[in-house]
Amino acid sequence: MSEKHWKSVVSQSVCDYFFEAQEKAADVENVPPVISTPHHYLISIYRDKLFFVSVIQTEVPPLFVIEFLHRVADTFQDYFGECSEAAIKDNVVIVYELLEEMLDNGFPLATESNILKELIKPPTILRSVVNSITGSSNVGDTLPTGQLSNIPWRRAGVKYTNNEAYFDVVEEIDAIIDKSGSTVFAEIQGVIDACIKLSGMPDLSLSFMNPRLLDDVSFHPCIRFKRWESERVLSFIPPDGNFRLISYRVSSQNLVAIPVYVKHSISFKENSSCGRFDITIGPKQNMGKTIEGITVTVHMPKVVLNMNLTPTQGSYTFDPVTKVLTWDVGKITPQKLPSLKGLVNLQSGAPKPEENPSLNIQFKIQQLAISGLKVNRLDMYGEKYKPFKGVKYVTKAGKFQVRT
Amino acid sequence: MTDSKYFTTTKKGEIFELKAELNSDKKEKKKEAVKKVIASMTVGKDVSALFPDVVNCMQTDNLELKKLVYLYLMNYAKSQPDMAIMAVNTFVKDCEDPNPLIRALAVRTMGCIRVDKITEYLCEPLRKCLKDEDPYVRKTAAVCVAKLHDINAQLVEDQGFLDTLKDLISDSNPMVVANAVAALSEIAESHPSSNLLDLNPQSINKLLTALNECTECGQIFILDCLANYTPKDDREAQSICERVTPRLSHANSAVVLSAVKVLMKFMEMLSKDLDYYGTLLKKLAPPLVTLLSAEPELQYVALRNINLIVQKRPEVLKHEMKVFFVKYNDPIYVKLEKLDIMIRLASQANIAQVLAELKEYATEVDVDFVRKAVRAIGRCAIKVEQSAERCVSTLLDLIQTKVNYVVQEAIVVIKDIFRKYPNKYESVIATLCENLDSLDEPEARAAMIWIVGEYAERIDNADELLESFLEGFHDESTQVQLQLLTAIVKLFLKKPTETQELVQQVLSLATQDSDNPDLRDRGYIYWRLLSTDPVAAKEVVLAEKPLISEETDLIEPTLLDELICYIGTLASVYHKPPSAFVEGGRGVVHKSLPPRTASSESTESPETAPAGAPPGEQLDAVPTQGDLLGDLLNLDLGPPVSGPPLAASAVQMGAVDLLGGGLDSLMGDEPEGIGAPSFVAPPAAAVPANLGAPMGSGLSDLFDLTSGVGTLSGSYVAPKAVWLPAMKAKGLEISGTFTRQAGTISMDLQLTNKALQVMTDFAIQFNRNSFGLAPAAPLQVHAPLSPTQTVEISLPLSTAGSVMKTEPLNSLQVAVKNNIDVFYFSTL
Repeated sequence: MSEKHWKSVVSQSVCDYFFEAQEKAADVENVPPVISTPHHYLISIYRDKLFFVSVIQTEVPPLFVIEFLHRVADTFQDYFGECSEAAIKDNVVIVYELLEEMLDNGFPLATESNILKELIKPPTILRSVVNSITGSSNVGDTLPTGQLSNIPWRRAGVKYTNNEAYFDVVEEIDAIIDKSGSTVFAEIQGVIDACIKLSGMPDLSLSFMNPRLLDDVSFHPCIRFKRWESERVLSFIPPDGNFRLISYRVSSQNLVAIPVYVKHSISFKENSSCGRFDITIGPKQNMGKTIEGITVTVHMPKVVLNMNLTPTQGSYTFDPVTKVLTWDVGKITPQKLPSLKGLVNLQSGAPKPEENPSLNIQFKIQQLAISGLKVNRLDMYGEKYKPFKGVKYVTKAGKFQVRT
Repeated sequence: MTDSKYFTTTKKGEIFELKAELNSDKKEKKKEAVKKVIASMTVGKDVSALFPDVVNCMQTDNLELKKLVYLYLMNYAKSQPDMAIMAVNTFVKDCEDPNPLIRALAVRTMGCIRVDKITEYLCEPLRKCLKDEDPYVRKTAAVCVAKLHDINAQLVEDQGFLDTLKDLISDSNPMVVANAVAALSEIAESHPSSNLLDLNPQSINKLLTALNECTECGQIFILDCLANYTPKDDREAQSICERVTPRLSHANSAVVLSAVKVLMKFMEMLSKDLDYYGTLLKKLAPPLVTLLSAEPELQYVALRNINLIVQKRPEVLKHEMKVFFVKYNDPIYVKLEKLDIMIRLASQANIAQVLAELKEYATEVDVDFVRKAVRAIGRCAIKVEQSAERCVSTLLDLIQTKVNYVVQEAIVVIKDIFRKYPNKYESVIATLCENLDSLDEPEARAAMIWIVGEYAERIDNADELLESFLEGFHDESTQVQLQLLTAIVKLFLKKPTETQELVQQVLSLATQDSDNPDLRDRGYIYWRLLSTDPVAAKEVVLAEKPLISEETDLIEPTLLDELICYIGTLASVYHKPPSAFVEGGRGVVHKSLPPRTASSESTESPETAPAGAPPGEQLDAVPTQGDLLGDLLNLDLGPPVSGPPLAASAVQMGAVDLLGGGLDSLMGDEPEGIGAPSFVAPPAAAVPANLGAPMGSGLSDLFDLTSGVGTLSGSYVAPKAVWLPAMKAKGLEISGTFTRQAGTISMDLQLTNKALQVMTDFAIQFNRNSFGLAPAAPLQVHAPLSPTQTVEISLPLSTAGSVMKTEPLNSLQVAVKNNIDVFYFSTL
């Protein structure tokens, strides 16, 4: 546990309330995000097996705090490559310096990783060697240039020998499919992540073949909202490096194609200690692309002792403690549909389970944005050189659940 | 080489070693030592003994070392104020440094050192920094003013920093504007009276311009500040809304929610016929839905807020039901919130979908969630009449599963369905009776007993069923006992011949063998009713019951309006106004939605007419959060509310408690007071602290009171009960009772100061209540109430106030104000 105080020093004992709540919650993920104690409020997030807890005394927007905590975790991730206890311990001084830069008296100061990196340089092996020889430090001593300009996300004087701009269109399908195979709920959560390595102050505009798809979007602050409203073109001066350009949601039911179907029959016999389990997966509306990386996870009921299954493809594991069945399928070949069937051993004497488990399905389709979104062109103004440009599409399963 | 090594040294001579290293000549060694000190500090070890040595390292041109020393200073300066003075010179020097980064750093750190002596030295450098040429320094200095105000408010005012801060709102740099706004808001929050943020159309315009250019945090500050502004007419409101809407597409959910707050608030001012109103409604939905795809913690906060928004303006999300469908791996706190919102959005159009989902949830693993899902089915039945039949059959299906807690929940909700649609679904009673034995929770047992009693004439073996419950009468919870008593009396009135013995038995159990006053009282009332006038008993006990209201857990409209102003804040997560939980000496400003002042329309106060709700609904919407006991009581005894209100209240009061017993006879004296129209709440007039008054006045007051008590004859005075415990009211304890002297009702209060400071300026105010009770004179506390002192006051009451049916009928909500804060409590 590591602590940092801004306004006034709060005793560590407030955390006891948090630990209490944590013990009460059966699962670490179920710890309530806002806990009230007699004098303070604890707002926490759970990321990468670490809890980030903030203690507040006055009325503040909790979302603001949660966003900030996530930003802190993102920054750690960015600096140390991973956001883990070991990483934080190894870099405690930098962590402290970062926190100091990020927040002042409860007001966030600099949260853009570009600016932070100018103030405090991320640790690299090379730099630590150089530092220990020359005695210099990893704290920048000049004021970051971008911080006060109208484009705080970009620093001045960026230089690359190879100028590149890459975009990843990543779409995740969240869906609930009911017993009979019809869609209860489906939507696409899409993001466009960019990796921009361009010199100078490039001004980009990205246009789509079918911008009408995007009616519910959240933008990176760099995007000019007015241009989007009037011309449906994303016009922006990009931050340097990796960032999320936009995220969007496509929800109208008929637009969301469901690329896989599952045939299932899971049954438990009354008064007997066994049941049958049989699932088959097949492709559906996959636009001619291969569906790969399929994994099926099932939380079996508590009374299940063990499972004896045979997969026609891939391999499966069943953890008798957590009762989680994981079937690593791989990719679907339409000629031979993968299936997994066999017997379920139940605890003898226990009543048969009331509920049938839901199936959680993961998959991936390369070179396809399932919503049909397509980038038309990318133009660059303001700089003379010709950049390399590229767009990649991928569709994944998000929270994809099949009820049985 | 990692920093984890700093954690490893835990040897005994550690402090000495560090001391030596700190005083080393080698820069590198010094820095390592400071790092070790900082590492110890982060894990909570006390390294304050090293203070002078660390401060000595401060004069360095190495920025990293400087930063580390500053970090250390912030933590320990308070415990070593004399030593901290040593650092002042360096600070002052650093504030003049050519490097803006160092200037800002120095001013920032100085503001964090909460030592009075240091703050004095801080003023000059701060003044310079507020006018610094570099915006980075200016914006840091702006925050510093807020810090300084927190330490020493007087100093800030004397030095004129507030005016400088106000000037910064017009700064050319948006970040400086944002920070100035943030600092001013924080100061204004702690001093509600000061008129710091007097916004006018010009400054609003500046804020809106800065809004487009500053960082996300700045946007949040500006939006929150905008939300406190009241535009002068609908046109201005609309133009602000137009400029705020783009924020809804921001990636930061806090910005989105703050923007939603501004829009929700200003929408109140827009006419519903306006095209723009419809456009705005449409624009609100997508960003709210998008919030639900964020991390679960964000989802939770968003859902709590959506819950409020849906209650205020259900039309916003009426087409978005599906996004609230629960995924099985959602954390439980998200599941429960989603369920709540689903019910609020349920309508005839989507009920089929909702029911199918709810049924699915009812077979899940998580017990709490399943229970709530079953309850939700019942609420759907009550809310959407057309679906009632479907809901009942779904519930029956669930009862067939025989899962214990599902059955119990189902029975509880079926009872509610019976109350909403009497004589419609009685065919299911047989199925319910089959499950009688499996019920082990009081609520379910009570519900089942109520059903048996209510429909005793249709259940052949009702007497046997009730008798079986009677065997363990004393082991049951109060709730079940009360219900059993009532049910048996009902049964007796319906089938007097066969059940005489049973009713005798239960009455004697309730009146003679029980210690519970509620139970005993009810027992006696029934007994007397039955023995004196069985016909009247029948009228009372078997009276037609009022139908239960559609939704019982709506937030009271005025509270809802206040909460809408707090969207995105903690208040919105707890669904309580900040005054109910925010601590500390800070006064809390009550916010309210702006009244609609459209140029063409007449002023309409949102308090009296919440948009969309017909006036009749208001009465039902009083929160009755789970006071099931009271509910059950009313359920049995409440004659139709349509009858003369006076009689109704008299019966209920008598049944509910003794305190009321005194009151209802009092009420008889002044029936004309009831229904008196429009009541202007007396402003919480502060009684001037009569400092010059002789101390004896308190005493004579006491004498007055005793003589007053002496003249009381005949009428019953309940002993004083503690109404407001000291813990809840920052040391003010209030206990009291109601008395009647010569035809006037008065409230006898005993105020005790259990805090360490003197209390003055008392004032009292009542919420609208069933009997129109209102104070007839201001609360007179003549001398300041010093610690541990107690004062007794008799407050004359009149019944000329305005009347609003409260739930339970005889509850009275009272606000008491003193120099510390305003406290609320309710009495019966």
